[in-house]
Amino acid sequence: MQLESLVKKFKTKDVKAFESLYEMYNESVQGIVFNIVREQTIAEEITQDVFIKAWNNAESYSEKKGRFFTWIINIARNAAIDKTRSKNFKNNSRNLDAEIFVDILENHDSLDSKTDAIGIRNFVSKLKETCIKVIELLYFKGFTQKEVSESLDIPLGTVKTRNRNCINELRIMLK
Amino acid sequence: MAANKHIESGILELYIAGALSEKENEQVYRLIMEYPEILEEVKEIEKSIATLTSHVAPKNVKGSFKDILIQMLQEKEDSAKVVALKTSKRNWVTYTGWAAALVVGSTLILSLNKNANLQGQIESINEAKEQFEIQLDKTNSNLAENKKLLAVIRSKDIVTVPLQGQKVYPEAYAKVYWNKDSKNIYLDVQGLPDPPEGKVYQVWSLKLDPLSPTSLGTLDDFATNENKVFTINNPNDSQAFGITLEPAGGSKTPTLDQLYTLGAV
Repeated sequence: MQLESLVKKFKTKDVKAFESLYEMYNESVQGIVFNIVREQTIAEEITQDVFIKAWNNAESYSEKKGRFFTWIINIARNAAIDKTRSKNFKNNSRNLDAEIFVDILENHDSLDSKTDAIGIRNFVSKLKETCIKVIELLYFKGFTQKEVSESLDIPLGTVKTRNRNCINELRIMLK
Repeated sequence: MAANKHIESGILELYIAGALSEKENEQVYRLIMEYPEILEEVKEIEKSIATLTSHVAPKNVKGSFKDILIQMLQEKEDSAKVVALKTSKRNWVTYTGWAAALVVGSTLILSLNKNANLQGQIESINEAKEQFEIQLDKTNSNLAENKKLLAVIRSKDIVTVPLQGQKVYPEAYAKVYWNKDSKNIYLDVQGLPDPPEGKVYQVWSLKLDPLSPTSLGTLDDFATNENKVFTINNPNDSQAFGITLEPAGGSKTPTLDQLYTLGAV
């Protein structure tokens, strides 16, 4: 089924449509959350909460405000960041801010054949440092364009063009 | 063409990241509705980000959709239980208890609502603030540019040459500020209309006797130059300046029946 109609059905609380969306994006949500909390069990718990939250707020989603994918990874980032700020978060002592998604890709012990085949690891090793930072902040941490510009000390417009070049490289790699 | 401009700008990548303001999101949404090729591009970007993020997930994840279904059902059951309790017969103690709970509960809901409202307000205020900051940034750089221009115009070594509108467009006017030392002219073309498509303004330095024009170049980015002031190098010993409308790319000699403005030093 088309993504558009899946999302429409999801908004009317259609469980089947919800399941399809879950299958499509569960791993992405998992990846975003895991990158922030760095603990598999916690990441799995939060991922579950993210989808419950999405379900409970299904009516509030509007395609006018953005893509479903954007919406759900935003819920994911917020939920994961909330967790890292909670008192009982075990990883408190670790400096999670310094860790970025490439660490995970480079250290996956059980990199499956799929990952190797599409060369994600390869991609990451070739990716420029500047690209890694921009991608980390924009997609994994949910910074706004302005926050990225301040954080990396580059002009607003450069964030846009640099990020586009980086994503273009990623797309070529995934083809 | 227009679609391509938006695609190349990188705004769609930020759209998928969720890094744009609410207003920008709505703009992109309208673009998606208008141009199928923009929708295609958005989908491609989304796919690549989804793939990248999914590979960061831990391998052999145990969770499945079943767990979520179970949790959804449990939540439903919990809320059903509360309803069941309310309808059963109780003595007055229970009733007062429930009444009190109801009061507390509704106050809580009210304050939660209020809180959510306030939260919404804060968000929109933050959004507005962000817009203002971007605006301020732009204004500041405009100001700096204008100050620079003012300094140029006020400098005592500057020769000012007003250019008058000619037959083809009498309302047109322009002004040249010529610094002979630095061999630069600052050309203010605020008084010229936007050139029609495929045409471009060309600036000429003129010697009058005999009339011999030297091209100082074309004003290619006329439409995008906000303050309409162009800095042009002029090593010539000019006696007059003129501006003509020429086919894109400019001409070797001025097309005199398309002379828009002219002025002698």
